[in-house]
Amino acid sequence: MKAVRLRVALTSALAVFLTAATGQALAGAQDGHATAGGVEAKFEYCTTCHGASAQGFRGFFAMPRLAGQQPQYIENQLRAFLERRRVNPVMANVAHGITPDMIPALAARLSALNPPPVGGAPGGDVALGKEIFAHGLPDQNVPACSACHGPDAKGQREIPRIAGQLYWYMVGTLSIWSSERGQGGRPDISWIMRPTVANLTRKQVEALAEYVSALR
Amino acid sequence: MKHFRMQMAVLAISLATAAPLLAEDLQIRNCTWCHGSSAQGYSVAPRLAGQRVDYLANQLEAFSTHKRDEFLLSTKYMWNATAHLDPSTARHLAVYFSALRPEPAKDGDIKLAAEGKIIFENGVPNENIAACQACHGPEAQGVREIPRLGGLSYNYLKRRLEDWSQGRDTSGTPMPHVARSLSPNQISALASYMSFVEGASSEK
Repeated sequence: MKAVRLRVALTSALAVFLTAATGQALAGAQDGHATAGGVEAKFEYCTTCHGASAQGFRGFFAMPRLAGQQPQYIENQLRAFLERRRVNPVMANVAHGITPDMIPALAARLSALNPPPVGGAPGGDVALGKEIFAHGLPDQNVPACSACHGPDAKGQREIPRIAGQLYWYMVGTLSIWSSERGQGGRPDISWIMRPTVANLTRKQVEALAEYVSALR
Repeated sequence: MKHFRMQMAVLAISLATAAPLLAEDLQIRNCTWCHGSSAQGYSVAPRLAGQRVDYLANQLEAFSTHKRDEFLLSTKYMWNATAHLDPSTARHLAVYFSALRPEPAKDGDIKLAAEGKIIFENGVPNENIAACQACHGPEAQGVREIPRLGGLSYNYLKRRLEDWSQGRDTSGTPMPHVARSLSPNQISALASYMSFVEGASSEK
């Protein structure tokens, strides 16, 4: 009797397993047919350039870390590429290949990742970077980064996480801020950074990048 | 005879050098034997002239440690050629070849070049194909350990993309990932386009 009961249990467990496996295989086949359409395929596409764990990658251009990024920031930037509020021909094309209904799942997938920072910064004035981040430079009208990006630099809503961001991306994006972002006359949250980036010297930008690029 | 040549090659490369290398040095001649006397590439051996210093040094190391493992050409030739190569000589070799002026091979199918240029510059977002220029630069000039691709020979470029897309070379990131989305036609188009890119400047 015991043996029979066990066999029934095993058989039904196997049946459940097989049903689940077949279901998965079918779903997989359908996804496969939709090729580039699926969210998972699109996620893999992001990681082609942004790194296997979306940790960022320094190619000819520095491709930013997306891991742990605020979902609203990712969504707003994808829209900004499409609307040319943010000028980046490669990313404008990429954004055209992402349907709006995919964005929440994609953003959630990326924001859930937590690889360690890429590192590799040249070794600048970390203390200065930390000071600017935490307290700003009152004499230069530079507010503390932490006021908006948070004391842990994780960002909030449309304000990006900058903790662990690539050194070269940070230096690059702060250097061309006002000619890349907030273009086309549409209101853009990036405008808030304009006076700040104008008031920072190159040396201060490098120090900041040095500091935030190592934050976890 | 073959054996003797191999021994000479190993001997040549194992003589460590402290000074910059010259064209007539044995270590250079050992490379140019296959890669061409002005290192513009010959047959299956790619052009080395004008290639990025860090890339060349990095690849020599990858061959000698067998990290770069695509079948036949690297396992048969480059593993042996770098078997006794010390890092300092590898660096000197890299410096020597990167300083030579590269000439574009221009041996791809010109009819496919326009399609290749589009893929190179924009990728194919709907097919999840990345834009090559993001890493290799808008003029395919490369930077640091990322190779210059402009003007390399059609056959070499095509073979490398096939190696990655078909899983024959597992070394390095992200190329095995990048190449797997490319169709054979897209590979031909890309290789054709790149073979015509001049980008002669050795500046980054």
